[in-house]
Amino acid sequence: MDWTYLLIVTVEIIFVIVALLGGFAYMTLVERKVIGRFQLRIGPNQAGPYALLQPIADAVKMIFKEEIIVSNADKVVYMLAPAISVGFALSAFAVVPFGPAVHLFGREIPLQIADVNIGVLYILAMGGIGTYGLVLAGWSSGNNYSLLGAMRTTAQMVSYELPMGIFVASVVLGAGTLTLNGIMSVQRPWYMWLWLWVAFPFYFTVMLAETNRSPFDFPETENELISGFQTEYGGIKFALFFMAEYINMITAAAVMTVVFFGGWRGPLAAQFPLLGIFYFVLKTFIILLLFLWVRASFPRLRYDQLMSFSWKLMLPISLIYLAGTAVLVVLV
Amino acid sequence: MSGLKELVEGTKQLAQAMEVTFKEAVQPPLTVESPVEPIAIYPRFRGRHELRRYENGMERCVGCSLCEAACPTGAIHVEAAENTEEERHSPGERYAKVYEVNLLRCILCGDCTRACPTEAIVLGHNYALANYQRQDFILTKEDLLNPPEPNVIVRVKE
Repeated sequence: MDWTYLLIVTVEIIFVIVALLGGFAYMTLVERKVIGRFQLRIGPNQAGPYALLQPIADAVKMIFKEEIIVSNADKVVYMLAPAISVGFALSAFAVVPFGPAVHLFGREIPLQIADVNIGVLYILAMGGIGTYGLVLAGWSSGNNYSLLGAMRTTAQMVSYELPMGIFVASVVLGAGTLTLNGIMSVQRPWYMWLWLWVAFPFYFTVMLAETNRSPFDFPETENELISGFQTEYGGIKFALFFMAEYINMITAAAVMTVVFFGGWRGPLAAQFPLLGIFYFVLKTFIILLLFLWVRASFPRLRYDQLMSFSWKLMLPISLIYLAGTAVLVVLV
Repeated sequence: MSGLKELVEGTKQLAQAMEVTFKEAVQPPLTVESPVEPIAIYPRFRGRHELRRYENGMERCVGCSLCEAACPTGAIHVEAAENTEEERHSPGERYAKVYEVNLLRCILCGDCTRACPTEAIVLGHNYALANYQRQDFILTKEDLLNPPEPNVIVRVKE
């Protein structure tokens, strides 16, 4: 633990945060463009070439909006809630390996902020704490709609964390390690890969619900709960929630890339670290496009359907999958 | 086992929905970028007013004020004057010295066109009627005689 190590980690943290925020900004543009194409529209095309300046325009607008704090609000919690959301959304990415180790200045630098030995648990924990942001936001707004939105968020998060946790446990059981690096580089025979990919559609569905994406975007529910927990938020505080949602989405896609599709691995990736980062970004981006495709295809569920979907379908499936993985691991 | 059947059926339906949206996504967008690209209209589209002339350059309008009388919203104002030998605007005895259309009142019903005995006033194809100043919404005789070229494609009758 010398000062160069600290320096390297600091640089990596700054790099990742900038990349995530940039990814968030341009993900909003990609989403609007792609959803537009799904609906036979063009999408934004006025701000700069290919609307590349649109996120900047949005950011400037958000920053210069009037800051309104509702008189009913619990001010400290009200201000804290978006910070909690964004903070834990950003910190969840810390354990994701986004590229192979680089050799720079005579030392080996792993492209991963922290290779902690409980990586998967860490991500689950950060996701869990991030939920507090939404719940506290709804509670501190002093508004019934926000409170209802927050209640629904809590119920949804708790319900879907169960199948998610069990799927993750199955993957951990198959790989025999909790670190994301280990899960990514574990050697599997072909039938284990196949068995792993069986879980992908289910895990993807559960992650849709965990990241509050359509068709499970119940915390927002624009047309039923007037944006749920964030009704009373405007300007940059609203943008922070938005940011947290997208960063959660990016992290979820990155974790799926690492767990199911070999992370940064690809032809020649070990020789050229930049190529590894490129593969990682490409795979993550394809999964993000899948998120958008799903959003364009399905209407929002009813609330009781959401609950029964989790408890009556996803939970049993995840338990069966866990049992199957256990049998495979023991027998083979 | 009915639960399993339901699961398979449901998955099939989800895949169908995804297929439909994917087919839409690979098509070219239907958007017409309106002010830049022309929009397609039908031949009898009723847009901004125009005053027409005869082929020899004479104004068709004879200042009879029938359009003013026919207008349900009182958007048209006509003041007629006598043609003289030196100053001849229209083939008839009289011509419109002042002809104003208030676009803020006009409902583009086309009654003026029907009332006009010489087919002088017609509703053209110009649909872009926005303006910055209230007084700019009052079309003078000059504006009406020199209508701007509308950015449209007229659909052909099949």
